Amino acid sequence: MLKNITMGQYYPVDSFVHRLDPRIKIVLTIAFIVAVFMVHSLVGYAIVLGFVYLTSRMANIPFRMLTKGLKPLRFILVLTFLLNLFFSTEGTTLIRLGFIHITHQGLSQAVHYSLRLMFLVVGTSLLTLTTSPIMLSDGIEMLLSPLKRFHFPAHELGMMMSIALRFIPTLLEETDKIQKAQMARGADFESGNLLQRAKAMVPLLVPLFVSAFRRAGDLAMAMEARCYHGGEHRTRLRVLKITQKDFIACAAMAGLILLIVVEGIIL
Amino acid sequence: MDERIKVDQVSFTYEEGADPALTSIDMKVQPGEFVAVLGHNGSGKSTLAKLLNALYIPTEGAVIVCGLDTRDESRVWDIRQQAGMIFQNPDNQIVATVVKEDVAFGLENLGVPTEDMPARIESALAAVRMNEFADSAPHMLSGGQKQRVAIAGILAMEPSVIIADEATAMLDPSGRKEVLDTVRRLNRQKGITVVWITHFMEEAAQADRVVVVNQGRIARMGSPREVFQHIDEMRDLHLDVPHMTALAAELRKGGMPIPQDVLTVEEMAQEVCKLLCPSD
Amino acid sequence: MPIRLNNVTHTYSEGSAFQATAIRGVNLTIEDGEFIAVIGHTGSGKSTLVQHLNGLLKPTDGQILIDGEDLNGEKTDRRRIRQKVGLVFQYPEYQLFEETVAKDIAFGPKNLGLSDEEIDQRVRRAMAHVHLDYDKYAERSPFELSGGQMRRVAIAGVLAMEPKVLILDEPTAGLDPKGRDRILSMVRDLHAQGGVTVIMVSHSMDDVARLATRLIVMSKGEVVATGTPREIFRQVEMMEKIHLGVPEAAKLCAVLREKGIDLPDDLYTPDQLREALLAKWKEVSPC
Repeated sequence: MLKNITMGQYYPVDSFVHRLDPRIKIVLTIAFIVAVFMVHSLVGYAIVLGFVYLTSRMANIPFRMLTKGLKPLRFILVLTFLLNLFFSTEGTTLIRLGFIHITHQGLSQAVHYSLRLMFLVVGTSLLTLTTSPIMLSDGIEMLLSPLKRFHFPAHELGMMMSIALRFIPTLLEETDKIQKAQMARGADFESGNLLQRAKAMVPLLVPLFVSAFRRAGDLAMAMEARCYHGGEHRTRLRVLKITQKDFIACAAMAGLILLIVVEGIIL
Repeated sequence: MDERIKVDQVSFTYEEGADPALTSIDMKVQPGEFVAVLGHNGSGKSTLAKLLNALYIPTEGAVIVCGLDTRDESRVWDIRQQAGMIFQNPDNQIVATVVKEDVAFGLENLGVPTEDMPARIESALAAVRMNEFADSAPHMLSGGQKQRVAIAGILAMEPSVIIADEATAMLDPSGRKEVLDTVRRLNRQKGITVVWITHFMEEAAQADRVVVVNQGRIARMGSPREVFQHIDEMRDLHLDVPHMTALAAELRKGGMPIPQDVLTVEEMAQEVCKLLCPSD
Repeated sequence: MPIRLNNVTHTYSEGSAFQATAIRGVNLTIEDGEFIAVIGHTGSGKSTLVQHLNGLLKPTDGQILIDGEDLNGEKTDRRRIRQKVGLVFQYPEYQLFEETVAKDIAFGPKNLGLSDEEIDQRVRRAMAHVHLDYDKYAERSPFELSGGQMRRVAIAGVLAMEPKVLILDEPTAGLDPKGRDRILSMVRDLHAQGGVTVIMVSHSMDDVARLATRLIVMSKGEVVATGTPREIFRQVEMMEKIHLGVPEAAKLCAVLREKGIDLPDDLYTPDQLREALLAKWKEVSPC
C-alpha cells in the first residue's frame, strides 16, 4: 500500500525548531550556508558542527537522521575530495609520487570543499526534516510574494506546489494499479536492455499522463466551482506569524556568524 | 417566494457546429426541494448540472439561480457561492493535503477573514459528521468520506443550493448511502435545495421530484411514483425502474391487484400483506 | 484448471509502522466452469484476494496452486499463468494507451509472442466477444470512444489473451443501467458459451443473485461464508450484520415470512418471488 508513504524527509515531532516560522527557517538556512562559506579554519568547522549538533538536539531529531542524508552523496563527496587533492598543483608540495602530486593547498582545498558540501546538505536537511512540505511551500510562496509587483507568479507557484503534494499519493497509487494491469496483460517491466525497458514504460506512462490530464481538468473545474479566481482578494486559513521563538533563532544564527567572523580574525 | 433555480428554454452546444448537448430545457426548482435528474451516460444530465452554477453559460435561453442570471459575468462568484457543486470523482475535487484546509478553500477564495474561518469549518464538518477527521490527510479517507469532505467544503460557503453531479457514481453501496443520507439530512434540516444528478433509480426514488433527461431533452418530469410507473418507457431510455416497481408490474400481469406505484420493499410487503397475510 | 488457495495471508508493508493484514488464512478451491462472485465491503480484502490468483501479489503466508502447480514456486513461469488467468481491474479503461483500438487489444497477445496472423484473429474474436464491430472500431482511437465502449475495449484486451479463468474486479462500476446490463450479459455469455471460469468482484447483490453459481463472502480479510446464492441469501441476518444485505427480493421474502405468509426461505430473485406469490394468490383468490 503506497498510501502510507511519507513525503520528503519530514520528521514529524514537535519541537522548538519545528514550530519556527517556515519563512524564518528558509532565510536562516541560507544564512547558515553563507556562514559555512565564511569558515576558513578547522576550528570554524568545529563551531559549525557544534551549532548543528545543538540544533538537532533542540529539534528532537536523532543526529544520525542528519548523517543519513549524506549517504547518497558519499560518491560526490569522495570525488570532490579527490579532485581537489590531485588537481590543484599550486602551493608547496607535500608528496610527489610518480604522476601523483599533492600540494599543501590542494589538501586544504579538498578538506574545505568536502566539509562545505557536507554542511550544505546537513543544513538543508535540518530545514526539510523540521518543516512539513506544505509549510515549506507556504514559506516559499510568502518569501517570493514581494516579487508579485514584478508579475512574478508567487501565489500560483505556491498553489502548484501544494496541489502537487496533494496528488503525489494519488498518482503513486494509480501508477501501481496501471503497472499491475499491464502486467496482467503480459507486460514485462523488469527484463531487457535499457532501450527495451524504456519502450516497456510506454504502456505505463501514456495512461498515467492521460489520467493526470483528466484529473487536472476535473480539479480546475472543481476549484472554479468553489470560487477560485487566483490570489487576489484571497484570505488564508493558515497565516504565518513571527513569534518570539523566531527572534531567538535569528539571534542564535547571528551569534554563529559573529563567532565565525571573530574566529577568522583571531586565528 | 420565487423559485431557487429557473431554467428557461435553455440550449447548450459545446462547439459551434456540433450537435446540441441540451435542447429547450425548461425546469424550475423550488426552495427546499430535492430534485433528482435522471438519465443514462451521455444524456446531457451533467451538462445541465454545470449550467446551474455558471461553469457553462447557455448558448440559448437563461439560467437564473437565486435571482441571478448566469450570463451576468459580474455575478459569477455570487452564483457559485449560492449554488455549491460536488462532482463525481472524489479524488479530483480535493485541493488541500489536510481535510480542514480543504474545507477552508472556498472560504479563502471568498475572502472570509481568517479569524472567522475555524468556526465555519467546524460547523461544516460537524454537519457532515466528519469532525474527527479534521486533521486527516484526504487520501487516507474512503470514497464516501471524501465526498462528505467535499460537501463540507461547500457548506462552509453557506450556499442555498447543492448540486451533486453524479456524486455517488464511483462509490460502493455503503458510500453511496452515506453521501445521499448526508445530503438528504441537509435538505430536511437546513432547508438546502438539492439538485441530485444520478443514474441510480433507488436514489431518484427518494427525491421529491424526478426529471428524466434523454438526448438533451426532458423526457419526463414528476414525482418518483408517477415517473417509475412508465416501466417500458424508462427501459427504452436506457434506464431502469426500482426492482419492486418492476415486480409490482409482473404481479399485476399475473392478476394480483398490487398498485403500480410501489417503490420500496416495505411498501411492497404492506401491499402483499393486504392480500395474503393470514387474518387473525 | 482448478485454483486452490491454502491458508493464504497477505500483509502489506510487513514490519513497518503501517503494517496491515488485508487477507488472513483464506482457504478456497475454484473449480473449472464456476461463475464465482466475490462479495464484501470495501476494504474486506476482495481486491487483494483476486490479485493473488494470477501472481500479481504474493502471499506473505500460505500457498496458491494452479492446476496443482505452486504459483509462487521458484520455477513457475508466472507470465504463462497470467495468460491463463486474465484479470480485469476496476475502471480498466484507464489503462488504454495505444493509438488504435486494435493495437491496444493486441498488446497482450503480442507480449505472448504470437504470430501477426494469430494476433489479428485474436483481436477480431475478442472484439466480437465484447460486441464491438471490427470494421467500425478497430482503427479508431480508444480515447475517442464513450466510457462504456472504452471499458469494453479494455476487457477485450484481456480476453485476447484467451484466458481459461477470467477475473473481473467490479466490471460495472460507474456505468449506467444499460451499460451495466451490456457488460453483465457479455460476461454471462463468456461463461455459458465460452466455457470460461468467471470470478467477479461485485457490490451489487442483485447482479450476483442473477449470475453467480457460487458466492464467496468476505469480511475483514476473511472468507466468512461460501455457497450458492440460495444458501447465502437465506441468511439475511448474517448478511446484514456484515453490512452487505441481500437482494431486494430476498429481503421482501424475509419480511413477508415474518408477517406470517408461508413462503420458502430461499427465494432471492424477482422471478422466483413472482412465481411463489402468484401461486399463493391463486390459492386465496376467489376466482
